[in-house]
Amino acid sequence: MGIGSLELYSQAIILFSALALFTSFIMLAQARMMPLIFTFAWQGLLLAVVSVLVAIVSEHPHPYVSAALTFTLKVVVIPWLLYRLSVQLDMQYDAEPITHPTLLLLGGAGLVLFSYFVAQSIVHLSGLATRNIIAVSIAIELLGMLLMCARKSAVAQVIGFMSMESGIFFAAVVSTYGMPLIVELGVAFDILVAAVLFGVFFFHLRDSFGSLDVGQFNRLSEASQPMPAREAPGTAVTEQHP
Amino acid sequence: MTLLDITLLTPLVGGLLLALIGHRPLGGWVNVAVGAVTFGAAFAMALEVFEHGPQLSGGRMFYIDAFNVYLVALTAFVGMTTSIFSRPYMRHEVERGRVSDRRLRLYHSMYQCFLFSMLLALSTNNLGVLWVAMEAATLTTVLLVSLYRTPESIEAAWKYFILCGVGIAQALFGTVLIYFAAETKLGGDRDDTLLWTVLHDVAGGGLDPAVITLAFVFLLVGYGTKVGLVPLHNWLPDAHSEGPTPMSAVLSGLLLNVALYALVRVKMLVDASLHTNLAGQLMMGFGLLSFTVAGLFLHRQHDVKRMFSYSSIEHMGLITFGFGIGAPLATFGALLHMTVHSLTKSAIFITVGHACQLAGTQRIDQIRGLIRTQPAIGWGLLLGTIAIAGFPPFGVFISEFLLLMATMKTWPWLTIPLLVGFGVAFAGLFRHLQRMVFGEPPPGQKPVAANMLPVVVHLLLVLWLGLAIPGFLSRWFEQATVLISGASPL
Repeated sequence: MGIGSLELYSQAIILFSALALFTSFIMLAQARMMPLIFTFAWQGLLLAVVSVLVAIVSEHPHPYVSAALTFTLKVVVIPWLLYRLSVQLDMQYDAEPITHPTLLLLGGAGLVLFSYFVAQSIVHLSGLATRNIIAVSIAIELLGMLLMCARKSAVAQVIGFMSMESGIFFAAVVSTYGMPLIVELGVAFDILVAAVLFGVFFFHLRDSFGSLDVGQFNRLSEASQPMPAREAPGTAVTEQHP
Repeated sequence: MTLLDITLLTPLVGGLLLALIGHRPLGGWVNVAVGAVTFGAAFAMALEVFEHGPQLSGGRMFYIDAFNVYLVALTAFVGMTTSIFSRPYMRHEVERGRVSDRRLRLYHSMYQCFLFSMLLALSTNNLGVLWVAMEAATLTTVLLVSLYRTPESIEAAWKYFILCGVGIAQALFGTVLIYFAAETKLGGDRDDTLLWTVLHDVAGGGLDPAVITLAFVFLLVGYGTKVGLVPLHNWLPDAHSEGPTPMSAVLSGLLLNVALYALVRVKMLVDASLHTNLAGQLMMGFGLLSFTVAGLFLHRQHDVKRMFSYSSIEHMGLITFGFGIGAPLATFGALLHMTVHSLTKSAIFITVGHACQLAGTQRIDQIRGLIRTQPAIGWGLLLGTIAIAGFPPFGVFISEFLLLMATMKTWPWLTIPLLVGFGVAFAGLFRHLQRMVFGEPPPGQKPVAANMLPVVVHLLLVLWLGLAIPGFLSRWFEQATVLISGASPL
């Protein structure tokens, strides 16, 4: 079935979902903080637009609620919060070196293929107009996870986390026209609280480590036990030479 | 107002109240009082459910049956006893200057909010709300892990936040998939599709196997992260060792149980719709892996709280393995093990908390001579460790024995790794214990103010469960076993 044979709305849904997926790739490759935050907001906006389109196509009021929640949280509140924190922490011009960009993007492409493979076994069940983009929602989730794994900066990890949540929220919209209202509100509340807590942590991280680079975390790994920071100077030596 | 309302609302209101007055000397007492009221209501509710069978609240928001009511009672009980311990403990921390007034207020408030979110997760009938409550449990505890604001504690809290956040997001995706499967079956115009009671009815008629299998994998990864299953366990030892000890006690004794509860509930759905043992086999695999790996890691620990958190991973692995076998006897053993592990492990953490205050460090090689300095703490640690290692006559022995019996009947060759694992874990615990308890105390070590009442009560209960499981409790476990595995073990 070619895309031309679909209705205009369905075509628009597919177009905007594809763009949302594209923003995930932009985020993977974006080293600078500010553009990363703005790209995340763009992704939220695209997902909200798709939700609205789904609501129009399905003549179902529920996706409007999801769209409103996505817009409020992912386009307004969280990007604004991150933006303000970056300014306060004076890191709006920070950039983080991406070690293997080619490998990372190829890995991302692999994840998209994997999502289509996973979705193949379940889409035939759905009679909804949006079933073609269940795979896209899974891909957005997995790419968010990849972003979290690949980056060492706390801000990028938070963005990956939030992007992952967007993907799951989006999956609920396109596969079922949205979860029951109480669940959506609960999830949105949790994400909001998480965003605020992440903000609190940024300050703690900077106060203790001097930066938001979580790659320098090594105090608690099993390999470095016992923790050097806690050892009184000299004790290790005396123990070795009794 | 029903008993359930009281059980749920008391900690919530208590949490809000303590957000205002938690820093005063009165705060610790209010915390204890709130815990006591919650436990009273939960216990009364448990008796009611025991006599009259499952309860579905108005609006079908909450569902209480034999399985979750005993966990509700256990959670409320350990919540109460730990609050008794936390009062002198936190006062000591304030005196040492590790915790300021503001943080004490945060601690007390979040302690009760954490209990609320766990009780909500246990009693809700909605799988979506269950997820929301599990996430809320992470959010309420993450600031408590970093309460001391040391670099280590902040690193631990960040790890806890990110790993549990990512993990539990997978569980949300699994929940979406279950909703998807149920909706294609039931039609989209209902708002009760995520209710566990509805799902359980429809699962018998067969939800789509492909979707349900995929959903279970996501849910296993998601809730499994919170249970602390290897290889998703990295957050657990850090979060347990760096936070204040009362948090370690409730995280280890309660939160892991609640996450496992969520997993078992989902497994019940999956089993009903798949008619294979796929879910069980996955759980057995992860359980056995966690059990073995954590047992080995016990040997190379230098921090006493870290050591006991690996012991928690080991026991949660064993319980997951037990639920995975799925036979009635194994399920009975797993339920019993959940109870005795909670009671014993929280007792151990309480004792360890006092021991660390006594020695002024958490490092095993610097904790010495507990029994000479303060016999109550020394004996508490010794008996607690003996109990958790599975010595008779304590209850852990009985449940481990039941699990071993069940394994012998179903998967005989798996008894070998189990027995080896018991031995390895036993050695791991005892190689450090001896010197901590009996060694020569360092000069100038003085006793600390300690309230050993919770430890005594917990260990007596575990001893009681080991000598004779009271009739009402065994019938209770039996009802839960019938619910989960479909047949009675007796």
